[in-house]
Amino acid sequence: MTVRVLLFASYADALGTSELALELPAGACVRDVLSSVKAMASGKRIPDKPMVAVNQRYARDDHPVSGTDEVAIIPPVAGG
Amino acid sequence: MRTAIVDRAIDGCALLEEVAGHRNGATVLFLGTVREVNDDARVSGLDYSAYSAMAERELAAIVGEAVERWNTPDVVVEHRIGTLELGEVSVAIAVAHPHRGEAYEASRYIIEELKKRLPIWKREHYVDGRSEWVESASGEHSPFPSPSPDVLSPSPDVLSPSPDVLSPSPDVLSSSPVILSEAKDLR
Repeated sequence: MTVRVLLFASYADALGTSELALELPAGACVRDVLSSVKAMASGKRIPDKPMVAVNQRYARDDHPVSGTDEVAIIPPVAGG
Repeated sequence: MRTAIVDRAIDGCALLEEVAGHRNGATVLFLGTVREVNDDARVSGLDYSAYSAMAERELAAIVGEAVERWNTPDVVVEHRIGTLELGEVSVAIAVAHPHRGEAYEASRYIIEELKKRLPIWKREHYVDGRSEWVESASGEHSPFPSPSPDVLSPSPDVLSPSPDVLSPSPDVLSSSPVILSEAKDLR
């Protein structure tokens, strides 16, 4: 399945794009998304355990993802 | 309650009017503004960017938690995105409540949770021409709602003190957040 992954701010700068399309096996979870991104050439700059949202809600490592989900890797926030 | 991510100037007075009502004896307005110096670097301005759809959802969730926990519907919060100059308002939180204790607590809860959870990022531009993404100064980055309501949810005893005990000094009253009106509590 293809999973859409959004990147923002410093992470988008690091990977040179604000959106990725990842090929992942069925049954994959957030942890697999992160492994896949960190395996990319410029993915080393993403920390081991960044914040992740699935469908605009914060999600833990073991949260499942599917081809219809919107996954986002969230850099340290700085609002306020 | 109302929440919004906006790309225009924020009018704190308009928020105050929005939360005003005769059943409330205390109104607290918090304004976050762009500061001139951050970590010894002279700031010339900054850009806020957001994961907009999620930021709107998360801001509504945070304010909804405060509305429920402190039992007042009279809360309005706006966070600005885009390019801001020094001194401009980036976030405004207006809370009105029958009593001041709850108004302060709810306001504080909203700003602290927002700083941990709202997917908004800040790129600072410096006088020397550099610019960089700013990471939150607070050590904690847990995106999940604050698990210990006891910390901010005060006991009834604390919130109904005698006027003598908590009658604030002028120093307290002139510091942020600005107290704009507190009708019944101090009489």
